[in-house]
Amino acid sequence: MNDKTYMKELLQEIQSYKQEVSLMEVCGTHTMAIARSGIREMVPANIKLLSGPGCPVCVTSQGDIDAVIKLCQEPGIILCTFGDMMRVPGSDSSLQEERSRGADIRVVYSPLDALEIARKNPEREVVFLGIGFETTAPTIAVSLEQAERERIKNFSLLSYHKLVPPALEVIFSDPDIRVDGLICPGHVSAVIGLKPYELLAAKYRKPCVVTGFETVDILEGIIMLLHQMSQGEARADIQYRRVVRKEGNPVAVELLERIFQPEEARWRGLGPIPGSGLKLRSAYECLDAAKKYQLPQIADLPIKGCSCGEVLTGKISPRECLLFGRGCTPLKPVGPCMVSHEGACAAYYRYTPAKERN
Amino acid sequence: MCLGVPGKILEVKENDVAQVDVDGNQLDISIRLTPEVQRGQFVLVHAGFAMEIIDESLAVETMDLLKELQKYRELGI
Repeated sequence: MNDKTYMKELLQEIQSYKQEVSLMEVCGTHTMAIARSGIREMVPANIKLLSGPGCPVCVTSQGDIDAVIKLCQEPGIILCTFGDMMRVPGSDSSLQEERSRGADIRVVYSPLDALEIARKNPEREVVFLGIGFETTAPTIAVSLEQAERERIKNFSLLSYHKLVPPALEVIFSDPDIRVDGLICPGHVSAVIGLKPYELLAAKYRKPCVVTGFETVDILEGIIMLLHQMSQGEARADIQYRRVVRKEGNPVAVELLERIFQPEEARWRGLGPIPGSGLKLRSAYECLDAAKKYQLPQIADLPIKGCSCGEVLTGKISPRECLLFGRGCTPLKPVGPCMVSHEGACAAYYRYTPAKERN
Repeated sequence: MCLGVPGKILEVKENDVAQVDVDGNQLDISIRLTPEVQRGQFVLVHAGFAMEIIDESLAVETMDLLKELQKYRELGI
């Protein structure tokens, strides 16, 4: 059976489910894959596909972005970041604007590249901006482990990492958000495994399926969710079995637990969530940039007219935002969901025909 | 941001480093998170790390899903 025939059969199967359901994905890569493949338009209207808080750049709070912008203005600092953060607008500026004004901001592919910059510039202070979920956090943990082992003193981490399960708990508890089943993130789950979803599925009676990123994967994931619903079941399952194991990646989990401890973190759209962030344990405190530079917590200032918060919780679709395609486009973004190419607004914009954009 | 791409391990080197082939490009990545990985295996590459070993034999199993569902339907459940 080839992919095309198989896909047709999967779609026929999906079309046989007649109940009204809302399924949410919480991964920027799923957001992009669903928009690019046109799955949202392929499935019947009774199956609504929502995008949740799955883009780490988008869920970073406005106050935290302002704090990073303040930090990069410190003399002598080299700020290393993943590229997605460069254009995210803070209240007055962005990292890209700060770089054009002379701040030393370097885009890296891996946290190990940032460590190498620290090795080569012993007279400068190198700060790595830690944004990301459980997929990215272990890679940063390895760079901290190496910095400690090699006694690299000029390297530190500004940790704005976020954990996915506590945010899902908030989504499931919110009476204003209707989610009947969850398309769970493939690569986050490769680290954390199935257990967090088993607890959520049992507590909230909602099926959860860890899903891969090919069109066929996503269609299979949807069928696995619909099938559970039609049987009145609420389990956690894995569709993406070629990568995700039930127990996750024990090496990565051990590293995360040894180096970080959970703390409250602020999410755009969801507010402060207890235990949803990662701070460095006391043994690694000397690598904590927030402590090293005594960064204050900056209040979240809302962006005028921006509905990213509602988009990130699935309360509205990007196209329902008044700015979408008018005042806010990928070329001139107002909110982070239009900046990051994995943001729901950017994904919708790119794959919506021009005449339907506003 | 959690994007991962498959890569094939060409050589396992010292200090948790391996050379992989990603789409015809050869690069060195860290295998600190997948210490048991061996030459010839496929891994999921994210931010310069092998995050997980890919088990291609399991990919085929999910194709059986539909058959299973059709069986349910025929049984009327």
